Amino acid sequence: MKPLFLALALVLATSLPAWAVEPLVADLSKHLVAITTGFAGTDVLLFGAVDGEGEVVVVVRGPPKAEIVRRKDRRVGIWINSGSATVESAPSFYRVASTRPLAEIAADSVLDRHQIGLNHLDLTVESQDSGATPVIYRDALVRLKQKKGLYGDTVQQIGFMSHRLFRTEIHFPANVPVGTYLVEVYLIQGGEVISAQTTPLVISKIGVGADVFDFAHQQAAAYGLIAIILAAAAGWLAAAAFKK
Amino acid sequence: MQIYLPIAEMSVNVFLILGLGGGVGLMSGLFGVGGGFLMTPLLIFLGIPPAVAVGTEAAQIVASSVSGVLAHWRRGNVDIKMGLILTLGGFIGSFGGVELFKWLRGLGQVDLVIALCYVIFLGVVGGLMFIESIQSLVQSRRMTESGMPRKKLHQHTWIHGLPFKVRFRRSKLYISAVLPIGLGLLVGVLAAIMGVGGGFIMVPAMIYLLGMPTSVVVGTSLFQIIFVTANSTFLHATRNFTVDVVLALLLLLGGVIGAQIGAKMSVRLKGEQLRVLLALIVLLVCVKLGVDLVTTPTEMFTLGAGGKH
Repeated sequence: MKPLFLALALVLATSLPAWAVEPLVADLSKHLVAITTGFAGTDVLLFGAVDGEGEVVVVVRGPPKAEIVRRKDRRVGIWINSGSATVESAPSFYRVASTRPLAEIAADSVLDRHQIGLNHLDLTVESQDSGATPVIYRDALVRLKQKKGLYGDTVQQIGFMSHRLFRTEIHFPANVPVGTYLVEVYLIQGGEVISAQTTPLVISKIGVGADVFDFAHQQAAAYGLIAIILAAAAGWLAAAAFKK
Repeated sequence: MQIYLPIAEMSVNVFLILGLGGGVGLMSGLFGVGGGFLMTPLLIFLGIPPAVAVGTEAAQIVASSVSGVLAHWRRGNVDIKMGLILTLGGFIGSFGGVELFKWLRGLGQVDLVIALCYVIFLGVVGGLMFIESIQSLVQSRRMTESGMPRKKLHQHTWIHGLPFKVRFRRSKLYISAVLPIGLGLLVGVLAAIMGVGGGFIMVPAMIYLLGMPTSVVVGTSLFQIIFVTANSTFLHATRNFTVDVVLALLLLLGGVIGAQIGAKMSVRLKGEQLRVLLALIVLLVCVKLGVDLVTTPTEMFTLGAGGKH
């Protein structure tokens, strides 16, 4: 990664004059993450350069999804799901990286407007449960997502090199949802966003695994039959192989 | 080495899954049980979504039952007529079971129902097996009696008054078809919900309820399990999209090897001791699941599959 980064940095540095008007330039080491059979998570390098002063904040958002959060309660001695709340739209993946702690960079109103940071994420909770407030449900959703590694636990540190070049590695765990992600890079100066750039990142299943998934969902009957035939054949083979 | 499971949508360690298949296979070879009742909770414990664990386990049980029934078939220990009638009930049961599963999944109560079914059935079966095997262990030690005093199997009760009587030559029985259909139905529902073959309920029920001779019980049970679990595999695949063939094949591979080793080991162990051991394992799983239901969870909240549809 290091030599690659240096090479990229060099390219950026030498071509900077041409972009002198652009206060912020950033790109990803790859724009497609392929989930193959051997996929066990991956890192994507984000690198870029700024022109002038400022702090850099990077936000990675996965495709939004509706979520149901369920709350357990004790009924006749056992713990049963007894309340639930829905969140109409929550990013399936969310991670923030910054050159300095968010609170020191910009006011809450600015962070809210751009939904930067877990506390500033717009998660509208619709609760049908009188046993817990929407805020508790919101916290639970964030906590559960963090436990799965889909939401960042902390704001990741972005490293600056020679005050102009920055880089950060974005980690995607093995259970990362597929879809089109948005990588947003903000340049913040004096508490205001003065430049922003959004780069899409596609996470997609590739190869046998993807084919199996598509087949199982589109041709469910055929898939079910094949699963049965495979299983029966495997059982018969096993019995034959170990007969004596 | 990690492998990505296409339907479970997560990556697992290949050797862990092979080892799990091998370990449970060893048990099933050792004790002559399907092992679904151990495999499904273990898969859930590993983080496989419960719905995928149940659907995939159904496919794996098809394989292990086919593998197991062949030996019984060769010896003629399968009552085909009884097996087909049980299958008829089992088909209806697994249709109902998969629909029930889908409905409970929507309500967010499927995990609870799976756990409750396990606690109840493992508790009852494990408890009975434990008492019975301890008794026979004590008895065999006390004296070398020529066989246990046989229970009167053909005692006439209300069961024999039921209509639609059918003669089962292989089982030497003349009983109402309603009985095996009902039994098949009940076990079919449980098999679909719990991700098991249901042999641990079917076998005792065949002996004590239907009064079948023990020689044909295991073969006939395996025979009907093939069809019933094949049906629930198909239904889980088409209704819930929860059968992961990659996971099933990995479990199979480990399971086949484990079962063969287990079968070889079982020759050296005594029947009663084996049954005490099996009863203890069954009770252990039951207690673990029961304790989990009662103790205050560290996390009160769970994420449901809200965005799937």
